[in-house]
Amino acid sequence: MSAAVHGGPQDRGANRPRQATPLLSARGLRLAFGGVKAADGIDLDVMPGEFLAIIGPNGAGKTTFINMSTGYLKPQDGTITYDGQPIIGLSPRAIVRRGIGRSFQLPQLFTEHTVLENAALAIAAHAGIWSPFTPLLRRGYHDQAMALLDRFGLGPVAQSRADALNEGARKLADIAMAVALQPRLVLMDEPTSGVAAAEKMGIVETLVRVLRDTGVTAVFVEHDMDVVARFADRVAVWSQGRIAALGPPQQVLNDPAVLRDVIGIEASPPSGAGH
Amino acid sequence: MSATDRALAAPPRTMRLPEALLAVLGAAALVLVAFLAPWLKFVLTVALAKGIAVLGILLLLRAGQVSFGHSMFLAVGAYTVAFLAPAVPEALLLLPLGALLAGILGLVIGLFVVRYRDIFFGMLNLALSMVLYSLLEKLYALTKGTDGIRVSGLTFAGITPDRETQEWVMFGLALVLAIGFGLLVRAYLASPMGRALAGIKTRETRLEFMGVSARRVLLFAYVMSAVMGGVGGTLVAMTTRHVTPQLAYWTSSGELVFIAILGGAGSALGPFLGATAFELVRVYAAAAVADAWQMILGGVLLAVILFAPGGLWGMLTSRLKGRGA
Repeated sequence: MSAAVHGGPQDRGANRPRQATPLLSARGLRLAFGGVKAADGIDLDVMPGEFLAIIGPNGAGKTTFINMSTGYLKPQDGTITYDGQPIIGLSPRAIVRRGIGRSFQLPQLFTEHTVLENAALAIAAHAGIWSPFTPLLRRGYHDQAMALLDRFGLGPVAQSRADALNEGARKLADIAMAVALQPRLVLMDEPTSGVAAAEKMGIVETLVRVLRDTGVTAVFVEHDMDVVARFADRVAVWSQGRIAALGPPQQVLNDPAVLRDVIGIEASPPSGAGH
Repeated sequence: MSATDRALAAPPRTMRLPEALLAVLGAAALVLVAFLAPWLKFVLTVALAKGIAVLGILLLLRAGQVSFGHSMFLAVGAYTVAFLAPAVPEALLLLPLGALLAGILGLVIGLFVVRYRDIFFGMLNLALSMVLYSLLEKLYALTKGTDGIRVSGLTFAGITPDRETQEWVMFGLALVLAIGFGLLVRAYLASPMGRALAGIKTRETRLEFMGVSARRVLLFAYVMSAVMGGVGGTLVAMTTRHVTPQLAYWTSSGELVFIAILGGAGSALGPFLGATAFELVRVYAAAAVADAWQMILGGVLLAVILFAPGGLWGMLTSRLKGRGA
């Protein structure tokens, strides 16, 4: 696999976008669950404004990286800095307040609330929820929540209960709640998993449009190589807790070693690679 | 068809029933019953007092948590009246004092128990309430043990009314406080904090990843529920005029949870529906079959769980919706 490494820790500078200071920077991250190395020396810089896709087989440690970057898991070794400040040891709450949002592989919506209430609660959480007797859906929060949902194309389902949505809408609502917190960086864990193939591209287009408009930097774990080829600025290939390759999609997704060892030997390059 | 178009097929939210109208009708019905059957005034006053304490249980139920020790706050309110009445006989001072002390105890205990969820939350509350029960029972010199303490000589705004007037005053006070706390709880549950509280039940993880401390959200609700327990306890003490450690016993806490399930957690009216039904069934069942009234109560609860999981409130609203459709 070492032959497949492009733009890894050794030559990261070659692939680094022009901006000098990374928004998120991981160095030497290590974390093992028993004998399984979920992170085995992860070095990665996420540059402001970029869309970085993380690909790799199940169990490679992709979600572990997101969990470590959001305070859910603490690495046994290594550092993570966000905007130049170390964030290891901070609680998820403290990290969210610094500007890192996340969405989940299984959308974490308040299922007994409406979609509108979910969005409004996230907006209220950012503003400070400690007002015990003012209605959540008072004018300001209601209008802001509707505007947010409209941007994600969720306006028509605002009054539906969150558990009545289909998977695609649930995924979008989950990400909308992360965006409501006005983060500078969003980490998305498989934003299209479980979504019907016919709807996948539409959802990703909506997502990318909103995130680009907002100027949010995004890291997303993805299994669909067409989605990666079309929307990622860079691709990081995870394998057994290590970054096996890192670079532009047209380069990484055409690498025979990546195709063989990560995507699967039978796989052919994605149709959109190189465009 | 896009994701959002498909989700449009989801059923729209049902319209809210005129809760306020039902509350007014309910209050009017209670006053009418108190007029027509004066001997029921005592029962209804105790029901309203317990209803206020059960409102506190309802808050915790909204977070998916059940406290099996909540009557300890009721006992704190009641013993505040029993201990202080000789020195401070003014009911209108004893009420806020009982609420304050229960709130302080709620804060101290809450800081510990909000770290736990589900069965651990329920059992820790039960254990702590049994500690209080043991203290009240064993410290005879102070509490007169299971003999209890008699409450007498209360004044209301400086006046000592006759027995009949006092019964009306207590009934009115309980009714006004029940309406006040009902409105307060209703406003709280619709607020960002109240909605976040309900979020603890479904997605506590999301709360944390929104930068919100679920523990603090639950602690606020816990202290509020302790205060309401304290208010309920002061009213019970002022109405029954006799305070015993039984108030803090685990079966008393079970009774509050029983009433909460019987009434339904869907509305701030549920606890009062449940408490009134509970007290009336108890009185009439005890009169009809003295040895088996608890069996009748058990049967009622079983029927509610099997046929009306939303409690009496759920049954009432589904009837009204059915009629409106």
